[in-house]
Amino acid sequence: MNMNTTETNHHGPGYKLFVIIWATLLALTCVTVYAAQVDLGFLNVLVALSIATVKAALVTFFFMHLKYENMTFKIMVLLAFAILAIFIGFTFFDTAYRAVG
Amino acid sequence: MADAAVDKGFFAPKGGSLLKEWLFTTDHKRIGMLYLWCILAFFVVGVCLGLAIRLELFAPGMTIMTQKAYNAVFTLHGVVMIFLVVIPSIPAAFGNIFLPLQLGAEDVAFPRLNMFSWWLYIIGGVIALTSLFTGGGPPDTGWTFYVPFSAISTTNVSVAVIGVFVLGFSSILTGLNFIVTIHRMRAEGLGWLRLTLFAWALYATAWIQVLATPILSITVVLIAIERLLGMGIFDPARGGDPILYQHLFWIYSHPAVYIMILPAMGVISDIIPVFCRKPIFGYKTILVSSLAIAFAGSLVWAHHMFVSGMSDTAVMVFSFLTFIVAVPSAVKVFNWLSTMYKGSIRPEPPLIYALGFIFLFAMGGITGLVLGSAGTDMHVHDTYFVVGHFHFVIFGGTGMGLFASMHYWFPKIYGRMYNKRIATIAALIIIVGINGLYIPMYLLGLAGMPRRYYDYLPQYTDLHQLSTYGSWITAVGLGLMFWNLWRGRKHGRLVGKNPWGAATLEWTLPSPPPTHNFDEEPVVTHGPYHYDGIEPDEDRIEDKGDEVNNG
Amino acid sequence: MADHPKDYLGQKMGMWLFLFTEIILFGGLFVLYAVTLQRYPDEFHEASKLLDTTMGTVNTVVLITSSLFAALAVTALQKGDEKKAKIFLLLTIALAAVFLVDKYFEWGAKIHHGIYPGSPDIADWEPGKQAFFALYYAMTGLHGIHVVIGMAVLGWIYWLIHVGKCTPQYFVALENGGLYWHLVDLIWIYLFPLYYLIA
Repeated sequence: MNMNTTETNHHGPGYKLFVIIWATLLALTCVTVYAAQVDLGFLNVLVALSIATVKAALVTFFFMHLKYENMTFKIMVLLAFAILAIFIGFTFFDTAYRAVG
Repeated sequence: MADAAVDKGFFAPKGGSLLKEWLFTTDHKRIGMLYLWCILAFFVVGVCLGLAIRLELFAPGMTIMTQKAYNAVFTLHGVVMIFLVVIPSIPAAFGNIFLPLQLGAEDVAFPRLNMFSWWLYIIGGVIALTSLFTGGGPPDTGWTFYVPFSAISTTNVSVAVIGVFVLGFSSILTGLNFIVTIHRMRAEGLGWLRLTLFAWALYATAWIQVLATPILSITVVLIAIERLLGMGIFDPARGGDPILYQHLFWIYSHPAVYIMILPAMGVISDIIPVFCRKPIFGYKTILVSSLAIAFAGSLVWAHHMFVSGMSDTAVMVFSFLTFIVAVPSAVKVFNWLSTMYKGSIRPEPPLIYALGFIFLFAMGGITGLVLGSAGTDMHVHDTYFVVGHFHFVIFGGTGMGLFASMHYWFPKIYGRMYNKRIATIAALIIIVGINGLYIPMYLLGLAGMPRRYYDYLPQYTDLHQLSTYGSWITAVGLGLMFWNLWRGRKHGRLVGKNPWGAATLEWTLPSPPPTHNFDEEPVVTHGPYHYDGIEPDEDRIEDKGDEVNNG
Repeated sequence: MADHPKDYLGQKMGMWLFLFTEIILFGGLFVLYAVTLQRYPDEFHEASKLLDTTMGTVNTVVLITSSLFAALAVTALQKGDEKKAKIFLLLTIALAAVFLVDKYFEWGAKIHHGIYPGSPDIADWEPGKQAFFALYYAMTGLHGIHVVIGMAVLGWIYWLIHVGKCTPQYFVALENGGLYWHLVDLIWIYLFPLYYLIA
């Protein structure tokens, strides 16, 4: 792999696909606002975060073009999110198990 | 006179203002040299602070400074050594100069960003040092800036942490630059499995720089806004938790120690094969170990917090994980030694420093196990045992790795050779000094002497004095080493392209290398540690320098 | 020294790496949020009620739409339509400004009611509620700073297109600017439910 190739990706999504994604994002926003008004106890947070993650995935894969990038980029993105998950998750080994609140 | 015969390579003036063509250079080799000189200057500052600490601790009670001054001195010693010296040292200096050369590239991926990184380093350093002279004076919190003290200390913590923020940015951008450089700028034929282990080490390090340093950035921002706006984020009365500060701080600062050690290990992996004239034993294993250390090192941060009040579950989990991260490090030590077995060993100075690294790092690493094991850590946490441990691995490890780099690549950079006998003697003095300086600390710690204490009970005096004597021996060794290198710059015997007989790409270039690096992009046909058909250069006949010939 | 030939993939890779640093930067605050939520679920629940969900939803829609325009700008330039690309960019920046104006009013209202860290009016609130707002200001504040930075970056790219330095043949600057902007949107996609929708 040398840097003399200037391959540009001329086959990015067209206007139409982006507008569809946008509409989906708005729809999901409605869903999440509505779901927040239903009392599901602690599941509320889980549902909200799940919907947010779907939205985030749409932005990442389509608006940010990750779907069309090569595997190296996808692995790097995965690595970054995995590390963040570890930072948050491992902290809970402490805070979720303290003897007193 | 001798200079007239030496092509100055990338040092040659280009006809413009000297200041401008160095301070605003985008040539990775010049940037690396700028980093090297600044890092060594800050190292001298850090050493002086360390010597001052040892002088103060020579006797109980006040010896040469007040308590408040002492707190400031050890804080500054930590901040300078960690952020201005050790973290940038090998990557920003030798990585910048030699990574593109080892890849057969013209420069790094983003040369202007590289220059910007250096400027951030300088600005961050200036800001951090400004805290000495402004506001309430230099911070007295220790380099770890723990809350609640850092939030309320009347000293100039805010300015210092802003300096740290800027320095963090410098580190991040260097890491970013190196990742793209390694992915995108390898010469033809240079597949991933033909990279030098130095390059692999820089790659692993760069990922830590990119993914861990931002946590430091947000952590110091939180200290600054706590001091300026009183937001109470770590205040239990307002729902905060000071232990969370420690989590955030160590989520960066533990991986930071791998930023410190991985490049040094990479240098050792490059040096040992050359001076044993044998390919490295277990290339792939060392490569995987570098990546494993980078990854596993991100999982263990709370072993700095065993006594902080965090949950027992966390104590056990992090202690267990800490044992795992020791494994790849040990693997590397075994591989280096196996490389030497039945090798054709030439005890040149780079190898001497490399062997010093292995010896001192292994000693320090083993004491790391005592600290990683939660049960034993309870007794030695925040004692001098810790101080002994980390100085063995950072000074005996990365420090020796830095000195090994200097002695290995000096002839390539300056086109001259230093006096090898003096270099070796200096190495031995430093090794003796480090042992004398830090072994007493293990004993002090086990006997209960706390760290960061200004005063101590009389029973600790003998060991403290031994340690102080060790600091003087170390200083003598360092002085000798630097003086020898300094002299070699202008008066050393001239050398050719490959005085050591190494097989990596930087040794195919003239010494010093020209500004444009390679006349034609090289085509790589073999791995980095294959010595068939490669011999060390003969001495250049024209100029033997003055009497500074090697012994 | 020879000019480097441009490396499109390398420049994009560099931008993504920079985005990772931003993700981790905010990530530190998400660590604090996650732990504090787990500790004070009821207080967070109560405190969230004090935020204006409508404002938050409007801002979410604003940001998502601005992201759309940023993406459309890239498509337009790829197709050779520099004029449309510039218009889309201006729309992106305009919506970013709308977001900031909304935020100004939101914060203004809260501060007017004495709800801000260090305020004497909340000094006797439950710790969990105070923590909610300390984190709220920290996270939305940091996000707001990035909105401002994003606007500046997009404005600069507008200028690059204007002077012909970012072209249909080589438009990685626009893509990279877009990537930055989408990240700002991404962060808000998580901030919105975590602050406004846990009531």
